[in-house]
Amino acid sequence: MNEPVFQIEGLTKNFGKNEVLKGINLTVNKGEVVSIIGASGSGKSTFLRCLNLLEQPTGGQILYHGEDITAVGFNVNEYRTKVGMVFQQFNLFNNMSVLKNCVIGQQKVLKRTKEEAEKVALYYLEKVGMAQYRDAKPRQLSGGQKQRVAIARSLSMDCEVILFDEPTSALDPEMVGEVLLVMKDLSKSGLTMLVVTHEMQFAKDVSSRVIFMDGGVVAEDDAPEVIFNNPSNPRTQEFLFRVLNKDI
Amino acid sequence: MNFFNEVIKIIVDYHGMLLEGLGYTMLIALIGTVVGLLIGIIIGIVRTIPKSKSAFVRVIQKIVDVILTVYIEVFRGTPMMVQAMVIYWGYAFASGGNTLPLIPAGLFIVSINTGAYMAEIVRGGIISIDKGQFEGAQSVGMNHFQTMFHVVIPQAIRNILPSVSNEFVINIKDTSVLNVIGVMELFWQATKIQTMNYQIFQIYVIISVMYFIMTFTVTRILRLFEKLLDGKNTYVIHGSQSDPNAEIKITEEAHG
Repeated sequence: MNEPVFQIEGLTKNFGKNEVLKGINLTVNKGEVVSIIGASGSGKSTFLRCLNLLEQPTGGQILYHGEDITAVGFNVNEYRTKVGMVFQQFNLFNNMSVLKNCVIGQQKVLKRTKEEAEKVALYYLEKVGMAQYRDAKPRQLSGGQKQRVAIARSLSMDCEVILFDEPTSALDPEMVGEVLLVMKDLSKSGLTMLVVTHEMQFAKDVSSRVIFMDGGVVAEDDAPEVIFNNPSNPRTQEFLFRVLNKDI
Repeated sequence: MNFFNEVIKIIVDYHGMLLEGLGYTMLIALIGTVVGLLIGIIIGIVRTIPKSKSAFVRVIQKIVDVILTVYIEVFRGTPMMVQAMVIYWGYAFASGGNTLPLIPAGLFIVSINTGAYMAEIVRGGIISIDKGQFEGAQSVGMNHFQTMFHVVIPQAIRNILPSVSNEFVINIKDTSVLNVIGVMELFWQATKIQTMNYQIFQIYVIISVMYFIMTFTVTRILRLFEKLLDGKNTYVIHGSQSDPNAEIKITEEAHG
């Protein structure tokens, strides 16, 4: 089971003079569900975006199955079909129906036929409970529905990994549950998931591993029981105390 | 009344010339606008190509960008009437006396002039598209051209259609400047009729009405086209909890 998907070493990212990532070291194995938590500005989202090369890393190395993804000549587009991404703002294609959103990438990038692509798309839309809405346009859907379609769009590419960048942060509270439920189902399917989230309950119950990021580095990396019940780093304790006691 | 009789007489006597002028005006304006839009879209796609990692390709990108900027600024910054003279007589000068065929020359001038404006309009349209649309396309592995062609440009065109329609109207009117090189469009026909009967006021009232009918019709048609591009507001939900074959038609958009 311990087949590494990502081996990240000394990953840094600067925006001008602003150092956002200051040397991240992390190995993610196949089938792991990793929640990435931490305060705003700690570099969680930037880290995730570097993994999909939506941001170009400044330094360090990201190996995907042993291959350096920042090397010259590395096929980024093919890589992105295997490492999907789900965004906070969904980023569904506004000019296409739900079905077309899940079909277009398969057709144009994976070169599947229309029939084949639609079959795959409907299978995954069924899985996220959105097949009924296949003819709707994104503007006709609620936030939770859009996010479920976005998940189906990534899955339709038969990806191995999905990166979730705060998938429920833009949703109305009553729609968070339906998205988390889909993600919980996925976590059992063997898909490798990296989830930047503020949903502590999800991190605690669903993930197999929790990473606490602070100031651009991985401050703590452990099983959810350890992070939530017995964190060793005082910064982790402080952060969790703040977010878990926000109601008081 | 005398005036109306004269107008009717001009229409009866010269309807062939007037209709020929109208035909050429519409032809040049339509093709000029469409080709101009295509030029604008191509420039828009080329200009948004991400900077290459290779230094050599970056230099080429820079050179292309400079050439495109010069093209846009020069053609936006000089009158189309002057461009027509420079291109038409420039060709005659360079070829030692040969002249360009008139209609293709007119099409070329209007297209290339419109292209310069359209490049800026398309750029505005591309900028108006949310960055998330680009990232969504990249996240499924689309390259720049696939992203632009399937996701960004279709949305950008919808957004810029009012400006495109505006350019079309301007072109219908501005083809009149092509009379300086003798293109047989509507204004040129009027100048010919005028030398035959000297009823200048009557002739130009007639062609103003003709210009207005053309521009008004075109704006209405493009409005309809905009609605068409927006697509239906309704969609069908396939299957319900009790019946998997149910089809529920949703006619109202969901809000919030």
